Amino acid sequence: MTLKIHQDHSRFKQIVRGKIKANLRKYVQKGEMLGKKGKDAISIPIPFIDIPRFKYGHKEQGGVGQGDGDVGQQLGPGAVEPGDGHQAGQGEGDHALEVDVTLEELAQILGEELQLPRIERRQNERIVTQKVKYTGVNTTGPESLRHFKRTFKQALKRQIATGTYDPKMPVIIPTREDRRYRSYKLQELPETNAVIIYMMDVSGSMGDEQKEIVRIESFWLDTWLKHQYKGLESRYIIHDAVAREVDRDTFFHTRESGGTMISSAYKLCRDIIQADYPKSAWNIYPFHFSDGDNWSADDTRQCIEMLRNDILPQVNQFAYGQVESPYGSGQFIKDLREAVGDTTNVALSEIADKDAIYASIKDFLGKGR
Amino acid sequence: MPKSLTPRLAALRDEIHGYAKEFGLDFFDTVFEMVSYDEMNMVAAYGGFPTRYPHWRWGMEYEQLAKGYEYGLSKIYELVINNDPCYAYLMESNPEVDQKLVMAHVYGHCDFFKNNFSFRHTNRRMIDDMANHATRVRRWVDKIGVEKVEDFIDRTLSLENLIDQHAPHIRRNPDPQRAEEEAKSNERVEGFKVDREYMRGFINPSEFMDSQRKRAEDEKQQRKRFPERPQRDVLYFLLEHAPLEPWEVDILSILRDEAYYFAPQGQTKIMNEGWASYWHSTIMTRRALRDDEIIDYADHHSGTMGVRPGAINPYKLGIELWRDIEDRWNKGKFGKEWDECDDLRARQAWDKKLGAGREKIFEVRKHYNDITFIDTFLTAEFAQQQKLFVYGFNDKRNSWEILDREFRKVKNKLLTSLTNFGQPIIEVVDGNYENRSELLLAHKHDGQDLKGDYARETLRNLQSLWRRPVNIITRYDGKGTLLRYDGQHHSEKKVEL
Repeated sequence: MTLKIHQDHSRFKQIVRGKIKANLRKYVQKGEMLGKKGKDAISIPIPFIDIPRFKYGHKEQGGVGQGDGDVGQQLGPGAVEPGDGHQAGQGEGDHALEVDVTLEELAQILGEELQLPRIERRQNERIVTQKVKYTGVNTTGPESLRHFKRTFKQALKRQIATGTYDPKMPVIIPTREDRRYRSYKLQELPETNAVIIYMMDVSGSMGDEQKEIVRIESFWLDTWLKHQYKGLESRYIIHDAVAREVDRDTFFHTRESGGTMISSAYKLCRDIIQADYPKSAWNIYPFHFSDGDNWSADDTRQCIEMLRNDILPQVNQFAYGQVESPYGSGQFIKDLREAVGDTTNVALSEIADKDAIYASIKDFLGKGR
Repeated sequence: MPKSLTPRLAALRDEIHGYAKEFGLDFFDTVFEMVSYDEMNMVAAYGGFPTRYPHWRWGMEYEQLAKGYEYGLSKIYELVINNDPCYAYLMESNPEVDQKLVMAHVYGHCDFFKNNFSFRHTNRRMIDDMANHATRVRRWVDKIGVEKVEDFIDRTLSLENLIDQHAPHIRRNPDPQRAEEEAKSNERVEGFKVDREYMRGFINPSEFMDSQRKRAEDEKQQRKRFPERPQRDVLYFLLEHAPLEPWEVDILSILRDEAYYFAPQGQTKIMNEGWASYWHSTIMTRRALRDDEIIDYADHHSGTMGVRPGAINPYKLGIELWRDIEDRWNKGKFGKEWDECDDLRARQAWDKKLGAGREKIFEVRKHYNDITFIDTFLTAEFAQQQKLFVYGFNDKRNSWEILDREFRKVKNKLLTSLTNFGQPIIEVVDGNYENRSELLLAHKHDGQDLKGDYARETLRNLQSLWRRPVNIITRYDGKGTLLRYDGQHHSEKKVEL
């Protein structure tokens, strides 16, 4: 069934999309939006979609409220409705509306703007996963799915009906018959699996700015690959002179001071692939970021060897991003270019600063592998 | 699309209708329609009307409502349009007890629409007019193009609140008095009556005649100063004087019409929601509830009445005030004797068994709006019972906090926030400012500064309609300020007030 509103709704979405597109380059460079990420959606401030009016600033205005509390007591966050209308901007002078955009949509926009090709899946084996969908309320079920409010309401009803409810001592005790449970169905979802293995140099020469760039860039890589593959896993490896696998949080917030041996990371990457991700079932994407400094030419040789023999044959694409740093020599990308630059499933990118992230995403994803 | 009621629901409606009549509610015919939840969201996005002119903001509204529903944050139970007949919507997935509650609530609203003075001049055929507006706008879209029309609507919406909120009704024709004066000013200057032609040069010497002519000319100029008095209906002023194209005039007048139609609802929100809640509660608890429905009713009712500390819930404040008035007039807690009694115990035990409460609230619902309602009936005792307080923003702590529980301050703050529907009062003071056809608005400053970036953006939109530079006098940090936008640049200068 179509409703009249759908025209207005799609017009609104079109406007939002247009605004996002027009500002995409800005959003791509901005790290702060990463913090506003929900599970499936991200809040993006859209400029000027709010209709301006002559009105009071809500902060000057204040208002009347209702409830307990002494004078001087703070009102909890979210207690005060922002101004009139529905959504107020974030603070004074900022004239934006926060719009929720699903990561799916964001990926589409990114794809359109950067003209990214769809990724060719190396293998199309369907792996079926199951998803639980809650469909209603039932009188039987496992305790873990007990619906507390409905259970107690049922008990209250029964107690009132049987005259055992005492308003002066409002104790409600549900019996077996009162219990209500959420009921669910299992849905089967086909999935194509992929894994991203992020590697980052955390040695002393990689500063906060460099890591910020990696963080932002990996967000966009994630978003795009998630859009292409439903079941996406991520693994994280940090390295200086030695490599170790860490969780996402540690990955972005570790700072070491040692030297750099890139081969250690590649070795670990290789081991992870061998252990967990058989080529037959997985699309594999290693991304490595460093400032281009390596301990020795000998170590670089080892890296290249491992790439050629162990990693490249297993993966859809190997990507190396070199983040410019005042301390690094930037030699590593030259060596890679020389050795494996012509290989089809290698993507190399130099990222000078935040402005370059936009182009770098295209370097990485533009091949459609 | 909307369906008529099932026989079962029709029977329930007849039952509730009977109770409403029994309690003395007086309303237009009320048509209930069944809608699905996304139809409900659509109608709600359109402000209650099944058809509105095309615009993206309905879509934005719809998205927010649909999302709120999906996330379980909000659910629209009740929607009713002030029209004759009244139209109201019931959501088909709701349980029976909710449908009954909604019907009872709706009859309360319909009674209010029909009887409260603020609505006396509203268009009771608005449902047809809204559809006509939609047709007109669509026709312009076909002729002019969707981009241009939408852009104009966007800019006009920015000025939508610049109507005379408290005008008794919408003014459609030019001021007849003005036309008369204009005609008079065109009379020729003739000087004194001359009986003998040879005396003319003596009785009306040419210098005198010149000066008379000049004075007449000046007066005419003076009269040409428009508006003669500050005009609060800025949209009307623009309709009359801005160099707009016919299609722009049409759309502007549509938006103005709709703004006036909705204004009384903004001015009686607390009364109206309170009144409807009072009646759903009375009808349900005294008549309509079956025993097994009590818990669900109580759950729903208390959900509607919930308060959060930083906001006024009009349903809650309204219903409590209506009950307080009823109670006071039942017990005779008013008048000189009551006011002068300062014995707390006597006040608490006060009961003159007047029983005039019901009658009183029916009278009050006729003659008050939120401002006069609060001003007259919000007492110190009530404010204390309801735990009302004033809150404000503390810059140092960067948070909202409770500032005061003192009755006078609470009441004043509440009244201020209701004045002009919580909007700044803005008037056109000069349509020929500096004698250069510039537009000058004035903000009647009442202690609160305008939001600066919004003001500048609004000026930009205003300028695009006026097509000459526009100015507004306001006050920032206590100093008179003239904001100006000339079509390219914003500027700001201090002025003496």
